[in-house]
Amino acid sequence: MTKEKTSLLMDDGRRLDGRELHELRPITMQSSVLDRADGSCYLTWGNNKIICAVYGPRELHPKHLAKPDRAIVRVEYRLATFSVNERKSPAPRRREYELSKLIKESLDAVLFLEKFPNGTIDVYITVLDADGGTRCAALTAASIALADAGIPMKGFITGCAVGKVADKMVVDLSDVEDKDGQGDMPVAMNFNTGEITLLQCDGEFTIEEVKEGLSLAIRAIGDVYKLQREAVLAKYTQIEGTTNDVGDEEE
Amino acid sequence: MRSEEIVGVLEKQYITKLLEKGKRADGRKFLEGRPVQIIPNVIKKAEGSAMVKWGETVILAGVKAQLGSPFPDTPNDGVITVNAEISPISSPTNESGPPGPRTVELARVVDRGIRESKIMPMKDPKLCVIPGKKVWIIFIDVYILDDGGNLIDAAALGAMAALANTRLRKVVINEDLEEVTLLEETEPLPRNGSVASLTFAKINDSIFYDPNLLEDRGKEARFSFAMTDKGIICSMQKGESGVFTEEEFTTILDQGATLVAPLLEKIEECSQFPEMNEMYQFDF
Repeated sequence: MTKEKTSLLMDDGRRLDGRELHELRPITMQSSVLDRADGSCYLTWGNNKIICAVYGPRELHPKHLAKPDRAIVRVEYRLATFSVNERKSPAPRRREYELSKLIKESLDAVLFLEKFPNGTIDVYITVLDADGGTRCAALTAASIALADAGIPMKGFITGCAVGKVADKMVVDLSDVEDKDGQGDMPVAMNFNTGEITLLQCDGEFTIEEVKEGLSLAIRAIGDVYKLQREAVLAKYTQIEGTTNDVGDEEE
Repeated sequence: MRSEEIVGVLEKQYITKLLEKGKRADGRKFLEGRPVQIIPNVIKKAEGSAMVKWGETVILAGVKAQLGSPFPDTPNDGVITVNAEISPISSPTNESGPPGPRTVELARVVDRGIRESKIMPMKDPKLCVIPGKKVWIIFIDVYILDDGGNLIDAAALGAMAALANTRLRKVVINEDLEEVTLLEETEPLPRNGSVASLTFAKINDSIFYDPNLLEDRGKEARFSFAMTDKGIICSMQKGESGVFTEEEFTTILDQGATLVAPLLEKIEECSQFPEMNEMYQFDF
């Protein structure tokens, strides 16, 4: 344990990938990347690559799952077979079922499901390249894809993990820090309302560390939220730009 | 009748009428393919990978390799296997769940094209590390991300391009020939040449290359074959309920060499070391 604790931080106090303790990895988000999907998002977060497609609101099959007063949300979170060190079998594992459920429950909190009785909103997420923190990145991407599909929402869900490395609380764990560190604590929330929709942890934390982690996570989520907003708006500012061009030509 | 099926009938009438006039919905000639782009080496965790944008179709192929036991009937051969995922991401009509007949056919057709082309020297010591005991097992997984028609050709090209930039970890064989040690250093996967797939569709009596989504949905029959850089046909697959005549098959096969050349060229372009994508990035 002692060896692991020291080896995850360099002598100058920086992390192995050169980041400060509270620094996020580079994040890019792009909406409307797929033609067939109603809404989509391609998100990179460090070396994570995530594609998310949203279909719906649409008719639900099989019908007995339908709720007469609202739509249901179905989420499928999957890891691509080649996204991890050892090839993963294509059949979903327990971890993927659990994360799909948690992501669905988080998204439930911001969707106006009562507007679409008997319907379904299907969210498909595939992690193409995994590098730690995929559930938070997946939730962040899913919110963008939902907004891209034009589905009414109270707000975005934004996620970011914090964790404990070499006895220090750090923001946005990498794959190595997640596996060899002392603990991992993913958080996701509606940043605007302050409602936390996902909180998990594994590892060992003191009460003080959990409190510190939570406030670090919320601060980081604020930064990710800004990028998320920009990604959704980018599509519309582009369209605006095009119409302006047409206007100029006419003059 | 679901709304998608009604649309299907209307779409089919539309493309059939166009084809009778010798035209296609997207303005292509009958033997003209859509623009094809390969982005190599896009996945960091994979040993090799490629994204293929084939017209409106987008696929991602990744290669993973692990050391394992050979099959008892081929103790001196490495193992290669192709798996396909027609992800529900790719279309409103592609549903999630265990692989259906369409997915299995896609995987097997791509697999046969590569396997039967013999471009992978399975007995090479780089693949068959300790004969009878330890061989590389190469998994090629193809994910369909956007289903814009002609999945077979796009998937086959992606699989081939991913193999072309695959690097395996070097191994040191211990003296007793029992165990091997994996080194951090990597070397390119051995390969003799390349192969690509060509798919034709038939609607009424019109036969054309590279069906797009509309044509794919409306097709009565499909014919795909794989051709190597040596001009050898190494796999063929006729699909769907429609039929072809002998003459139609021979006419299609005669187009092979011309149509396969630009695809094989693209595969070679993206397999050049070390110029390939070291940033593991792609864009839609």
